Amino acid sequence: MSELRIAVPRGALFRDSLDLLDRLGIDTREVRENDRKLLFEEVGIITMRPSDVPTYVEAGAADLGITGKDVLMEHPEREVYELVDLGYGRCQMVLASVAGEDRAAEALRRLGVVRIATKYPRTATAHFLNTGRQAEIVEVKGSVELAPLTGLVEAIVDLTATGTTLRENGLEVREEIAVCTARLIANPVAHKLRAPVIDQLLERIGAA
Amino acid sequence: MSAARSTRVGGLEAMVDRTPSGTRDVLPDEMRELRAMTDRIREVFDRAGYGEVYTPALEYEQTFERGNIGGARPAYRVFDEHGSVLVLRPDMTVPIARVVATRYQHAETPMRFCYVAHAYRGVRPQRGQSREFLQAGVELIGMPGAAGTAEVLGVLCAALDAAGLDSYRVGLGDAALYPSLLEAFSVDAERSELILTELAAGDFVGVDREVRALGLDTADADLLLRLAHTRGGPEVLEGLEGALHDALSGMREVHGLLAPEVADRIIFDLGLVRSLGYYTGPLFQVYDPAYGVPLGGGGRYDELLGSFGRALPAVGFALNVERVHIALTGEESGRAQ
Repeated sequence: MSELRIAVPRGALFRDSLDLLDRLGIDTREVRENDRKLLFEEVGIITMRPSDVPTYVEAGAADLGITGKDVLMEHPEREVYELVDLGYGRCQMVLASVAGEDRAAEALRRLGVVRIATKYPRTATAHFLNTGRQAEIVEVKGSVELAPLTGLVEAIVDLTATGTTLRENGLEVREEIAVCTARLIANPVAHKLRAPVIDQLLERIGAA
Repeated sequence: MSAARSTRVGGLEAMVDRTPSGTRDVLPDEMRELRAMTDRIREVFDRAGYGEVYTPALEYEQTFERGNIGGARPAYRVFDEHGSVLVLRPDMTVPIARVVATRYQHAETPMRFCYVAHAYRGVRPQRGQSREFLQAGVELIGMPGAAGTAEVLGVLCAALDAAGLDSYRVGLGDAALYPSLLEAFSVDAERSELILTELAAGDFVGVDREVRALGLDTADADLLLRLAHTRGGPEVLEGLEGALHDALSGMREVHGLLAPEVADRIIFDLGLVRSLGYYTGPLFQVYDPAYGVPLGGGGRYDELLGSFGRALPAVGFALNVERVHIALTGEESGRAQ
């Protein structure tokens, strides 16, 4: 399969993605055994952060890639084809605030604007715009849960799989924004020029 | 944001003037290569009988509103001394349609024009995607049907050959194919628009979801989904008759008129949808394996000239010169690592 180069995300989607590639007949043993290596030329796999996957695929540095829908929602400007919903890595993008009386609702009612901390500024902005509410989006890089506990913001927009981290920090889900699963994406030019190999792979994914 | 950025160099404060976002300077080494390439492309256009035109970079905004420009609306606007709104042209096809309708009101057809000129769009700046970009293209006005489309495809391939590209391919689709099929299945305008937007964006997961939600017969839904993915050699057209007969026989006719070396370059691409609103029939897009971004495209726009007052069928293409140059360097150095 090394005719195609696939960008595989390290992190939460890593194991499931490698399992999928195994089922497609791509040998991932070396990738599993090697934590530091990034480029596995013989089997056509490159590994990276999930949010870098669309960047590599858009530029054609990888023909295909696997990444979360959350990443694609946050980067709508990336010109990549979204080919398949792979189904695994199911998470929810949620709006959450400190349990008890909802401070976000109170801020909207009394102050007209709610402050939201998030690692997904564009997704959060779009959600508040689409629901006709005013929000000030505060982008943070580290643990988002800290922001409402310290009074930096009234609520957060974040990705959660089980809700455990939210609960442990005394936060409560107020709204579900989207369900996010792993997606197979393709470079548009590779999708046209390597149609037979890509379609073969898609068929095997459908069967796997 | 200030146009000048101050930097500290060895303890001294230096002012550096930048170019506006998405624009850049071209220095002699690059310029020499670009010039040599555009000279070779111009020669191809000239030999094929296409006369070069120059039109102003600034046009009245209403010219482009008339032109149903779809996804490539003007990004830069200024006022003149009378308060009229002027725009920097986002493409060359609309200005040439204006030229034909005003300056060639009674001229005999067909007319052949070419250009090597800059256009301006508010794109996200990155390599090969500038807000001021050089286009090389042709417009064939007043030659309808497959003969005109085939002529332009021949010129397109000759221009790419002259540029020095070896491994390019030209995707051939039809702007009317998918919309007419949706219409034949009585899909309402709003849902059709949504599906076409997702198709143009390459969101096949979204297309799948929306088509399944239409509640069509399984066979009809499967046909819509299959078409979105159908691309390849002439063999992909087999077994797709029935509802698609007219569109497919049109594509076969074009293909049949092409010289063998041009026909070999063609990929049939039934899911091809472009964001420019004025296309009415065959569509093309140029790909090269050495670069992950299309190099240019075009198609037939039989309604556009009518909106400027001289109804004539037309077909043309535009190549992004900077992208052709990137693909050329990519081909030369093998696959970019």
